[in-house]
Order: sequence, then structure tokens, then C-alpha cells
Amino acid sequence: MSSATTSFVALQRFGLGARPGDLGAIAGDPRGAVLAEIAPDAALIADAALPDTVAALTEIRQIQAARKAVKQTASADANASQMSDANAPMEDMSPAGGRPPKRTLPDGMGKPGNPLAPEIAARLDAALRAQVGFAERWAMFWANHFAVEADSNQLVRWTAGAYDREAIRPHVFGRFVDLLYAATQHPAMLRYLNNATSVGPDSKAGLRRGKGLNENHARELMELHTIGVDAGYTQADVTSFAKVLTGWTFGQNENQPEHFGRFVFNAGAHEPGPQTVLGQVYDQKGVKQGDAVLDMLAAHPATATHIATQLVRAFVADVPPPDLVAAVAGTFRDSGGDLALVARTLVGADESWLTPMEKLRLPQEYLLAAARGLGVRPKPPQLLKALATLGQPLFNPPSPEGFHDDAATWLAPDAMTNRLDIAQNFAQQADAGDDPRQVADAILGDRQSPQTRDTIAHAEGRVQGLTILLMSPEFQRR
Amino acid sequence: MANAFTDAMLCPSRRVFLAGAGAFVAWANLPRAAYAAQGRDPRFVAVILRGAMDGLAVVPPVGDPDFPALRGDLAIGTGSYGNTLPLDGFFALNDAMPLLHKRYQAGDALIVHAVATGYRDRSHFDGQDVLESGETGPRMSKTGWLNRAAAAIPAGDRVAPVQGLAAMPTVPLILRGDAPTLTWTPPELKVAKADTATRLLDLYSEVDPEFARVLSAGLDTDALAGAMDPVKGGGGGVAAAFKSLASGAAKLLVDDGGPRLAALSYDGWDTHTDEGAGDGRLANLLGALDGALEALATTMAPVWNDTAIVVMTEFGRTARINGNEGTDHGTATTALLLGGAVKGGRVLADWPGLKDSQLFEDRDLYPSLDLRGVLKGALRDHLGIAVADLSTKVFPDSIGIKPVDGLIR
Repeated sequence: MSSATTSFVALQRFGLGARPGDLGAIAGDPRGAVLAEIAPDAALIADAALPDTVAALTEIRQIQAARKAVKQTASADANASQMSDANAPMEDMSPAGGRPPKRTLPDGMGKPGNPLAPEIAARLDAALRAQVGFAERWAMFWANHFAVEADSNQLVRWTAGAYDREAIRPHVFGRFVDLLYAATQHPAMLRYLNNATSVGPDSKAGLRRGKGLNENHARELMELHTIGVDAGYTQADVTSFAKVLTGWTFGQNENQPEHFGRFVFNAGAHEPGPQTVLGQVYDQKGVKQGDAVLDMLAAHPATATHIATQLVRAFVADVPPPDLVAAVAGTFRDSGGDLALVARTLVGADESWLTPMEKLRLPQEYLLAAARGLGVRPKPPQLLKALATLGQPLFNPPSPEGFHDDAATWLAPDAMTNRLDIAQNFAQQADAGDDPRQVADAILGDRQSPQTRDTIAHAEGRVQGLTILLMSPEFQRR
Repeated sequence: MANAFTDAMLCPSRRVFLAGAGAFVAWANLPRAAYAAQGRDPRFVAVILRGAMDGLAVVPPVGDPDFPALRGDLAIGTGSYGNTLPLDGFFALNDAMPLLHKRYQAGDALIVHAVATGYRDRSHFDGQDVLESGETGPRMSKTGWLNRAAAAIPAGDRVAPVQGLAAMPTVPLILRGDAPTLTWTPPELKVAKADTATRLLDLYSEVDPEFARVLSAGLDTDALAGAMDPVKGGGGGVAAAFKSLASGAAKLLVDDGGPRLAALSYDGWDTHTDEGAGDGRLANLLGALDGALEALATTMAPVWNDTAIVVMTEFGRTARINGNEGTDHGTATTALLLGGAVKGGRVLADWPGLKDSQLFEDRDLYPSLDLRGVLKGALRDHLGIAVADLSTKVFPDSIGIKPVDGLIR
């Protein structure tokens, strides 16, 4: 394996693709360049202009209040509708779900922009800045692992970016259990998977209001976030775990700033009594009961295997090599879920580098890699639109499972023609001085096939040459 | 128009991504007053045909006895293949361009043949770089000759730059430089995508069959939906797209407060296989170009007498047909001057001949005329740029290349 080839693998498989010059810059120690991005703060996005969770919640509250005021002014029966609506500001949208609310506000409020636009801009900046982009890819994996759906709910939409920045990224090179807690306890997740409205049937609130359990979050915690669907849990385990988690919610009262927008345990909604999960009795009181189950799930051997399988599939091959999975899972178990060490094992294994590059870049990494390779900086709305067109809208997967990352999912006819449209659009934004042959040599290196080199060289113009480069198998596969 | 374009860029729907294969760039900050006293307000438009147009198929030298043998069955206009319209007896015009032929007969179109830039290799990128930079070789400058020409126009009262038009992310090299530019693109131009898709299918079929299968299926879907209109299949979409770009540009140019210099480009001329000069791809492209040029002429009718349009390509194609009934990258080709300001109705050529010994490197039409001489003549007589500036700033190191006289009325 030549060093040039290894540089390509480092950037393509583990990172966000080469910028011109990158292949040579890391040729001395390609693996070291990837490992260098395994650091506690490597995935942080520190942009003071982006709202934290509390600020985002405050903002959506104000928008909702203003919208409500408009509605009330317009309605002659304003008083009647006010009565039953005490919780309205934080409530879910209609069950039908997806339809975004109309953003018409009174004069002086300004029109709220798309909260995801500055978020994609910050991630584009991070991608363009990175030497390899492994930390970004690693963070993208975990945000997808603990997926929330921006369009599920106004609150989720406005806090999805803060969720990624505050709950996911600070922990992706820390301990898995800390990441699990941060994701589980964030308002976006608590709202998305409905635990915020799950009430123990025998709790004070349950007895008083006749409300009950919502199993959604408990199930996904086991099925998706930790032990995996094949770990042998039963419906009874899910129900018990859901009871354990009752009371896990977040502060919704702006007049209590110490709680507003933060995780709170509402004892009044918590189902009293011991619960049995996976054969073990949990008789802790209050929030400690949930802590104990989360700790157990984080340390469960099935979690190590589940996470390792997903990681190897995401980074290396759609059919994960068993030896590599075993090695990564072993590190996960032995280190107590130290994700930096897990990443080191994945990157350190030769098999991770030598497995044929047959995966397809997902749209988000594809666009970021195209931006890096061509040195273009598309406008945020254009990036968001392109992501949606390609089927990976930012923070908006089709289900709690997140986006699939296998080639079969993405290698669809329409996806390919859409990529062609977008590749051409990116190529048009490239510097008119760029020679496609030089760009191709610079970012594909010696992985460029003679046929691709030839097709680019014979393109009838710069835009077509760069488009072919972005559409080449070498650029799209990893 | 500005709003429509801005919206399109901000909300690039799938279809809008198809836009921009051709770009129109116009420079608004031009001195009009310098000509006002003479009652002239000249417009100059450069039309770039990217991909290398086959001059021998567009303006075939039907009077050259070596022509039929050279091109064999595909020697257009020699009786065996295709039809032509007469020019001066020696040259004829591909009959895909009847509207241009009318302009020629009216004296508004000048055809230049066996012409080339100073570039003698055969890379599209480098060839277009030289065509647009006006330099003696590729990658020597980050600015274009039309931009530098703008700066060299005799000073008059400057017209204020047009404000508020959204700029495209990039400006073609020909108009890059210190002089401010604005850009505009019609909402759809599909030609390039169809050609790019064809090339990708060829590449995929060699290196990644799975990609080939998927893209092929995707293109079929697009074709069913009428979203694509490949060059090979009919050309109606191509004609509409070319015309749309020309009409939009012309509307800006004809406006009293609009730009005076502009560049348009049309892709799709790289005809390596099944060139179809008489009845296929090239004929369709020429028909589309014919309609586009006529759209420029009719829309600019009020200022037609002040207008000169140059149509040019980075280089020509091989004199002989290749193994796929197409032609490969060559050297000399055809250029065109069009406009009410042009002294047309003739073919300008120092014909080098087509015998094997007369070909450039035994394969291409020999370049007997330097395109820079034509451009210098037009810029001098139409825009009043001093020859010294043309030879040093606009086309650096071109003192030895004389401006061609008598191109402008």
C-alpha cells in the first residue's frame, strides 16, 4: 500500500475527502493524521452566534406566542380557545406531523429564518477547516445514531442544532455512557421520542389526570441506541423500562430559569415501585432508577457489539468484517465504552484500510467532500436544499433509526441523476481557473482510474470535467 | 428578472440545478459618451462554443477538390451527404443554418475560416483558457481579454453600473478582471447535462457497472418525464435552451441603461462519435445556434447597426473522420462575425488547402489566420481601442499579429 494510496483512504474513508494538497500533506503519516483528530474537543462546534438549547427554546416560545397573538386577534372567539390551551406553546404539532407551520409574524418581530441554515453553515466551515475530517464524520455518525427528526415537531426543529452541538459532539470522544445520558436527557430527544409526555399510570399525575405511559423512548433506547433489536429483550422489558423513565422530562416554564430548557426529573409523573428489566430488579427511588438502567444498558455486552457493528458498517463496509467488529467491540467492552479508544481501534486496524472501497458516500459527506475538493462554499439554503434533494435532509431522517448508510439505500436511479444535477451545480461554482485534470489528480491521486482520468481530460469544458470528477466512482465510493 | 434568478439560487429545485450550462455575462460600466458625439453606441457580444466546433462541417469548402476524399461519406455538401447553402462558390454553409444564411446574404454576416488562436495543443481546458484569456498560452492569466478590452476603451463619461442583479457564483474567464461584471442565466439549459450523462455512462460501463445500471435507469426516468432532451434525440429542447439564453441576453443589451459588452457560451460541440453534421447531433446544435443568433438579431434590432457579435470556439477538429463517424480535437476552424455593424456577406480566409501535406501535423486544418487579428480588428474599429493597447494589454505579446482591416462598416 503506497503512502499516496493510504492518504486517499484516510481522507476518503475516514474523512471528508481531499482538498487540493491534502493527499501530499498527510502522506508522511496518513493514519496519524486520522488519529490526530481523535481528541476531546475535536468535534466541538464553538460558534457564539448559534443559539444554545435554552436560547432556541426561548426563541420558539416567542414565535409561538406571537403567532398565537395574531391568531387570537383575528378570532372573535379568542377567549374560548384560550381556555383549554395552557400547554400549547410546547405541544406537538398536529398528529399528521410534517406540515411546517406558517411563519407569519406581527410587524417588528421579524421573520424567523430557517434555524438549520446557520447550523449547516457552521458544519460546512468545520468540514472545510479539517485536515482529514474524521472528527466530523465521527460526530455525524453519532448524531445519526441518536437521531432526532427536525420535522417531527417545532421544538425539535429549533433545537436540533443545539442538540448536536451540546449533547452529541462534546461526548463523541468521551465515554459512551455520558453520550447516552446527554442524548437521552436533551429536550429535543425527550420531545421527539415522547418521554416528556410519558406519565406513570400510578404516579400522582397519572392518577390525577388519567394519563399514561409512552413506550417510544424506552424501546428505541434499547433497540437503537444501546443493545440492539436482537439482544433478546421482551415487550415486558420495554414496558418496565418505560415506567422507569417516567418523570424524565425538561423544564418548560420560563419563570423557572434554572430548569427551563434543561433536563428535570418530575417525581410527580414517575411510576412508583421497583421494575424488572432484562431479568434484573431495579428498586432505586426516583431518577436513580433510570440512571441504573441506562448504566446497565451502556455496559451491556450487546451494546458493544451493536455499536461496533454499526461503526464498522458506517466506516468500512456494508457487510462488516467480523474480525474487525470483534476488535472494535472488544475495545468498547474492555475500556468501559471509551469512544476515543474505540475510534483508535477502528482506525488502527489494517483491515479498516485494506477493505475494498465499495461503500457509497452519503449525501451529506458527498456534498461536504465536493465543497472541499472544489474549494466552493455553497450558500446554506442551497446546501440544505441539496441535502433534501439527495434524500438526507439535515437532522431530519425518516425515522428514529436515522439514515441508513449502506450503498443499496443510496444507489438509486433518481439519486444518481440528482447527484448529477448537484455535481454540475457545484462545478459551476468552482473557480474558473481550475483545471479539472489538476483537481482530479490533486484529490483522487493515484486512485484515479485511467478511464476516469481520460474521461475528465476529454471533457469539453471545465464545468463538465469537474462534474465528471464529482460523479466518478472514485469520488463517490469510499 | 433579478428576483427570479435570486429565488432560483436560493431555492434550487431539482430542475433549477440544470441551469447555467451557458452563462451570460455583461459589463455595464461602459463609456457611452465617448461615442455619443458620433451618434454611435456600440454593443459587442462574444459567443463561445465550448467543446471545439468542427469548422469543416459548418462551412464546408465544397470547391476544394481534396475535400470529398478527406471526409469521405461525411463530406457534407459534396453530393453524397447533407445539403448546403451557397456562400461564395468555394465555401458553402451547412443548411442547418438558414437564418444565418439570410443574414449573410443581407451583408450582416462575415465568415472567417482556417482560423485559430495561438494555442496549438488539443486540450479543451487549455484551449478555452487561451481563447478567453487572450494570452499566448494556457494558464498565464486570471483575467479575460473582454474585461481588459473594457478597461482599454477610450474614456468617456462612465455609465453607472447596473445594481441589484444577482451575480452567479462564477464569471467566465473571458470577462474576469477589474471591470465589474454581472451575470444572468436562464432557468434551464439542459444540453450539457445530457452530454455529461452520456460520457458518465461510458465511463461507468468500463469501471463501475453498478453505477452504469443505476444512472441508466435514472436517465430513462428523466426522459420519460420529459426532463431531459438529449442532443441526439430531436433537438427541440436544445433549440429552446439556446434561444432562451440569447433572448434574455439581448433584452438586457438592447436596453438603453443595460450593458454594452457581453459573453454567452454554448456547450455541446465535442463531437467525437456520430457527429451528424447533416442530420444528427451537430446539425441539431447548428440549428439551435442559428435560432439563437437570429433571436439576438431580432431582439437587438433597434441597436442592430451598432452591434457586432463574434462567434468562436477553442479550436477545430480533425480534418479526417475518425473511427466512430466523428472527429477528434484539431486546430483551425471557423469563426463568425455578425451584426449590423459588420461588413459581411463574404468569407474571410487564407485557404491553406486540404492535401495531406497541407494539413497541420498531417491531421488538422492548417491555421492560416490568427483569431486575435480578427478580434483586434473588430475591437479597434468597433470600440475604438488603440492598437497599442490591443497588442499589449488585451492580447499580450501580439504585436506581430496585425488587426484585420475592414471588418466593421
